[in-house]
Amino acid sequence: MSVTPDSAVATVPPRAQPPGGRRRISRVNAHKRREARTAYVFLAPWFIGLFVITVGPILASLYLSFTDYNLLEAAKWVGWDNYSKLFTVDTRFLTSLKVTTIYVVVSVPLQLAFALGLALALDRGLRGLSFYRSIYYLPSLLGGSVAIAILWRKLFGSDGLVNALLDVFGIQGAGWVSDPDTALGTLILLHVWTFGAPMVIFLAGLRQIPQSYYEAAQVDGAGKLRQFRSITLPLLTPIIFFNLVLEVIKSFQSFTQSFIVSSGTGGPVDSTLFYTLYLYLKGFKSYEMGYAAAMAWVLLLIIAGLTGVNFLASKYWVFYGDTK
Amino acid sequence: MATRSKPLPLLFRPLPRGSRVLKHILLIAFGLVMLYPLLWMVSSSLKPEDLIFREPGLWPSTFTLENYSEGWTALKHSFGYYLWNSAVLTGLTVVANLVACSLAAYAFARLDFPLKKLWFAVMLGSIMLPYHVTVVPQYIVFSKLDWINTIWPLIVPKFLATDAFFIFLMVQFIRTLPRELDEAAAIDGAGYWRVFLQVILPLCTPALATTGIFTFIWTWNDFFSQNLYLTNSDNLTVAVALRSFLDSSGESSWGPMFAMSIVSLGPIFGFFLAGQKYLIRGVATTGLK
Repeated sequence: MSVTPDSAVATVPPRAQPPGGRRRISRVNAHKRREARTAYVFLAPWFIGLFVITVGPILASLYLSFTDYNLLEAAKWVGWDNYSKLFTVDTRFLTSLKVTTIYVVVSVPLQLAFALGLALALDRGLRGLSFYRSIYYLPSLLGGSVAIAILWRKLFGSDGLVNALLDVFGIQGAGWVSDPDTALGTLILLHVWTFGAPMVIFLAGLRQIPQSYYEAAQVDGAGKLRQFRSITLPLLTPIIFFNLVLEVIKSFQSFTQSFIVSSGTGGPVDSTLFYTLYLYLKGFKSYEMGYAAAMAWVLLLIIAGLTGVNFLASKYWVFYGDTK
Repeated sequence: MATRSKPLPLLFRPLPRGSRVLKHILLIAFGLVMLYPLLWMVSSSLKPEDLIFREPGLWPSTFTLENYSEGWTALKHSFGYYLWNSAVLTGLTVVANLVACSLAAYAFARLDFPLKKLWFAVMLGSIMLPYHVTVVPQYIVFSKLDWINTIWPLIVPKFLATDAFFIFLMVQFIRTLPRELDEAAAIDGAGYWRVFLQVILPLCTPALATTGIFTFIWTWNDFFSQNLYLTNSDNLTVAVALRSFLDSSGESSWGPMFAMSIVSLGPIFGFFLAGQKYLIRGVATTGLK
């Protein structure tokens, strides 16, 4: 197909064009270019945001991560120092990495197990489904707030509700939040408490499974457990995978809960020192911004790595229709 | 009601009456356990301070609103002041997200332009990007601009469509609208802007509502960035004010603190009740929280 050069169409007014095919093509081209121009106008705020608020700062933080910078003096190039310090000298960083990993590895599977279990219990034909769904979903909306973190701190405080309830049974409870052995556990519980959002996603996924599959299985004499194992679970694996990726990314960046419960210290004895909390303390309390930028880049690589591993592993257990 | 309309396949026929009732009892019991902490906080806020930790039960033996009046005035400004700050910030963020994200979404969903696939992939990728990777340089720039302790660092990025999830949400929605509508309007002489404003936007109301409600809840709850940029005691938002309340009163005055926590959750709860339909649909289709 012959294409009119852009410049020709732009400068030559339509009337001066030779008649016939060329004119039509150029009109189509003019139309296309007008459409593209309009598209870029619509996208202008997003483009500006992409480069000024996102891409620019990512590159800037990559540069900063190789410097010493405290906001007042000029940045000083230090090469790989920040990174090597992170992994060799800074035991607090390694602690925060460990704490966050435990938090993610324990709380995400537990949360998703609850979400899936309740979604199965609520699926189809149940009276009051939307009522239950709302009740279970509510904590997901509130869970990230300062108010709930305050509540949690008091719930598990030494004179809090949990201990008051234990007291009824004559059990002497511990100071859950102030004991380094249990403090992280209370935060894990808070994350599990917000299982409502993945549950709603599971419910939507369950509804996609055609009922005829179950009918066919029934005809073949498959029991309920067998139906769950051979129909529900395989067809739900894409949704499980989706929830898993989402929750891992999100929970690795948890901040508010540990900040409030530990009064911004990550204590007791760094037992709730989440990765992002340590980043905050380094970058915005002691103004070691180069160091914080290095932490941010390590975080980006960790999250990209986890997501990548999730995608690679998904080949072995996620089932996408009849491809096999 | 829906269960009666047509015969269900065997598997989904209602369980025998007894076990059906049992199931409901279990589900309700579980819901109560989940909500117990919230209910306890509400009831504690209505109890005199010294009773809070002696009574694990829900029904206060003595009612008082003292915690509310005490908490309302505990900080430099009245709590209403911080509520207003949060409301302004949240309102502007909602407007910003609605405008900026719907513009971008229309372009991605309906218009053709060079490198569209690439930009769309970049947009999706930016959803996954941790906020912390960009926050250090952003903070440096905003502090050079003297924007610390103003709301600009919190709303200007939103006017630049940085909450890409909502672009994605709206793209998904616009794609379900029949293209014939656009074409009919175009034949009647409407340009892209008219099609966008008069055809697409009105039909997008559900997606816009989902965006608005989620933006509201996230902004209202957001602590990290508000704590970072709003540190002056005159422009605290509710989230940061609660935190400074916690810091200033230490382990005392839990009653007033609970009372103000509940006040701070009030708007979210209100939006939850009013917008449940959109919230659930939003979560189910895109995996928003």
